[in-house]
Amino acid sequence: MLGYILKRFVIMVVTILIIVTLTFILMHAIPGSPFNEERGTSEAVQANLQAHYHLDEPLYVQYLLYLKSIVTFDFGPSIKQPTSTVNDLLGRGFPISLELGLVSVIVAVISGILLGIIAALRHNGLIDYFAMTIAVLGISIPNFILATQLIQTFAVQLKILPAATWSSPQHMVLPVLALATGPMAIIARLTRSSMLEVLTQDYIKMARAKGLSPYKIVFKHALKNALMPVVTILGTLLAGILTGTFVLEKIFAIPGMGKYFVESINNRDYPVIMGTTVFYSAFLIIMLFLVDIAYGLLDPRIKLHKKEAE
Amino acid sequence: MEKILEVKDLEVTFKTYGGEVKAVRGVDFHLMKGETLAIVGESGCGKSVTSNSIMRLIPSPPGKIANGSIVYKGRDITNLSDKEMRKIRGVDISMIFQDPMTALNPTLTIGDQLTEGLKQHQNITSGEAKKQALEMMKLVGIPNPDERLKQYPHQFSGGMRQRMVIAMALICDPDLLIADEPTTALDVTIQAQILDLFGKIQERTGVSIILITHDLGVVAKIADRIAVMYAGKIIEVGSKREIFYDPKHPYTQGLLNSVPRLDIEEDNLIPIDGTPPDLFSPPQGCPFTARCPFAMEVCDKVYPAPSKLSSTHKVGCWLQDERAKHVSNIAGARQ
Amino acid sequence: MSLAEEKNQELHAGSTIPDEWFRPLKKESQDAEKVSRPSLSYWSDAWQRLLKNKLAMTGLLFLVLLALLAIFGPIFSPHSVREINLPNQNMAPSAEHWFGTDELGRDVFTRTWYGARISLFVGLMAALIDFFIGVIYGGISGYKGGRADNIMMRIIEILYGLPYLLVVILLLVVMGPSLTTIIVALSVTGWVGMARIVRGQVLQLKHLEFVLASQSFGAKTRRIIRKNLLPNTMGPIIVQMTLTVPTAIFAEAFLSFLGLGIQAPYASWGVMANDALPTILSGDWWRLFFPALFISLTMFAFNVLGDGLQDALDPKLRE
Repeated sequence: MLGYILKRFVIMVVTILIIVTLTFILMHAIPGSPFNEERGTSEAVQANLQAHYHLDEPLYVQYLLYLKSIVTFDFGPSIKQPTSTVNDLLGRGFPISLELGLVSVIVAVISGILLGIIAALRHNGLIDYFAMTIAVLGISIPNFILATQLIQTFAVQLKILPAATWSSPQHMVLPVLALATGPMAIIARLTRSSMLEVLTQDYIKMARAKGLSPYKIVFKHALKNALMPVVTILGTLLAGILTGTFVLEKIFAIPGMGKYFVESINNRDYPVIMGTTVFYSAFLIIMLFLVDIAYGLLDPRIKLHKKEAE
Repeated sequence: MEKILEVKDLEVTFKTYGGEVKAVRGVDFHLMKGETLAIVGESGCGKSVTSNSIMRLIPSPPGKIANGSIVYKGRDITNLSDKEMRKIRGVDISMIFQDPMTALNPTLTIGDQLTEGLKQHQNITSGEAKKQALEMMKLVGIPNPDERLKQYPHQFSGGMRQRMVIAMALICDPDLLIADEPTTALDVTIQAQILDLFGKIQERTGVSIILITHDLGVVAKIADRIAVMYAGKIIEVGSKREIFYDPKHPYTQGLLNSVPRLDIEEDNLIPIDGTPPDLFSPPQGCPFTARCPFAMEVCDKVYPAPSKLSSTHKVGCWLQDERAKHVSNIAGARQ
Repeated sequence: MSLAEEKNQELHAGSTIPDEWFRPLKKESQDAEKVSRPSLSYWSDAWQRLLKNKLAMTGLLFLVLLALLAIFGPIFSPHSVREINLPNQNMAPSAEHWFGTDELGRDVFTRTWYGARISLFVGLMAALIDFFIGVIYGGISGYKGGRADNIMMRIIEILYGLPYLLVVILLLVVMGPSLTTIIVALSVTGWVGMARIVRGQVLQLKHLEFVLASQSFGAKTRRIIRKNLLPNTMGPIIVQMTLTVPTAIFAEAFLSFLGLGIQAPYASWGVMANDALPTILSGDWWRLFFPALFISLTMFAFNVLGDGLQDALDPKLRE
């Protein structure tokens, strides 16, 4: 198990390093450098940038200093908002984005798994057909499209839910619904197909041959095995939900990190783009690492595999 | 001796993408208490479907017991409810599966999987269940049962896994054990050990066994009686002696001729040409006609009624008809 | 009881079996190798199964129609894609403007089919580029095996961990938004899944070659490759390509929606939806409705077609 964690950890660090390096190279590859020839930047901002990025040093020194600043969690100043650093924006926006993302993940996972199990147990029945139709629709309708239609239906026409901002549980309903539907659909489909496959396994037949109740067969014997593939895609789904917050925060005017990120893209606030990308990538990659570890803990076979390797 | 099981005119069909498959087409046999009956045949002949029907483990849909009865201890179990059937599974009738590598749940401990049957069917404390589990593991020959109980299936070898599968099947002390190719997936040396274990268990518990296999070597070792299945029908049934020394059906003869034996040179093995018929549209006559060296016109047209050769020996073959003397003489001479 | 069996019983009961039936069966009427079920070739079998899948066929039909409209749709419209007509801004759908007009008076109907061109182009190009990179990378990795394979798989494992939309956003910020850069950015990260699949298929192929060589099947080799190998290996690749298309279409729309899409005067569905965002509250529903509808329908069509292909091409399901 330890070897497994170590291997995953190394992959995680390398991946983060690649993202950081990529951001550095790309930002320096922008024609005319984003830092010194940006129109409309004030003297003060220029000085800040100069100080943070050490633009007068050789490139490799800049790179090393950049690495250092990231390790010390210092993402530098914003160009467009001279009074704020990237850290300020992250501190303001990230908790809100995290809340939106987390609630959506929980909603997506629970409803997706439930829907998948029910569909699998009623295989080829009406409920299965219904659930899978919803699932294909959920996968096909982009979250930002769904968001606009939800606003139009529930906020503009029916006037039962607020259309924007993030101030009460009611305000969370539409953004979470828009963000969670896609991942929920993916989880439901995966749970269903994996459940159907597990139910044909010999050990399920054996459990039936023991005279176990259907409840025990599904929840004790089938579910854990069926959820293994679902765990493996959680990392990818997290990434989808996280990037999804960008547009949803824009649509619902939620003051999260995504809003600042989209603004920074639109007015080319490069330090904010860089900082946010690195921060979010690192966050996701660490999540992916944790998901891998969780998978290792869930599947007893992985432990042994590593024990043998040691 | 009392009859523990009687299967009459069993028909099982499967709806598939290509049409309806008649996997079992009117099978009759019975089993006495403490007896071992082997059902032998090529893969796809319906022997596993037959055994799964007795456990009522046919996936339905697409499978269906279309006709016939399965009488266990005087009760027809073909139309029991699922709930009633659950009280029979594991307690009265148990089953052992072919591949011990897939028959155990990889994410649950061996101990959990061994005792769950007990806990399901008997009102029993965990301590008592564990005690019985340890005893059972000793019976099937697992060393260090205390420690093994906490382990996962992947920490067991194939032979040890099959011993655990057998232990799980026996833990509620069933009267009938169905073993579906119990040794096919194992190494030859382990096969012998497992077969010995069956003998030992039968001696200790008096359980009746239905052994499903394509391996005549296994049959020779532990069966009392043998039923030979072909294309969804039992074509010949008899005591072990009758089947091995006096096989009447050309298919049974072919089966015996194609098995390697120590007293026969490998060159003299005679394979049976051709393949079994497609069960999407089974022939109306004898299904073996196309591959039979002694086939007559009648074989192609009418299915032969079983002829009774002794109190135990029955065969369904037109060669037994008087009018086929001229052909059966040749057949006898060839054998 | 079936008819044949009834007849069987009748024959036994009446002992009406004539003696001459007990002659040995003539050999020519015996054909042990006879196959009684018509054997379909893999591709026509798969096609038959796809035809039976109503949802997948609906998807396919929709996509064909969409492609035709993308090519010929603008011809039916008297308006050009860039024709700005300020007096006609935000007009509801009418005989003149079937899908209404936008805030610059441009015809939404015409722009929708231009959007279709872009979405389909981005989707198909992304799938094709993924296919080529994936085949080359996965092919080399699987074929070389050993150390090379090991290293190449590690690289894939790392790339797989990168949040691809963030990387794409970064690339677009740097390269500047345009159709080409969107396709390039999507391809930089998109080929990983395909490479994995191709590698798996190549490993299978190698194994089979080995088996074939050792058993010297001779003339049958080609037949086996065509009958067994190609179906088994091409199936997952085709399915993967079909499912790449909606992912790419989504990504393009998503990026356009973030303001990183292609620029005016061309319009993708994502750009149109983004431009229409302020109309949610104003009630000019057609501005958002048509691009939203077509993005969703197109993704839906590709998804159900991909699912259908998966079912149709998966030889495991064949019984």
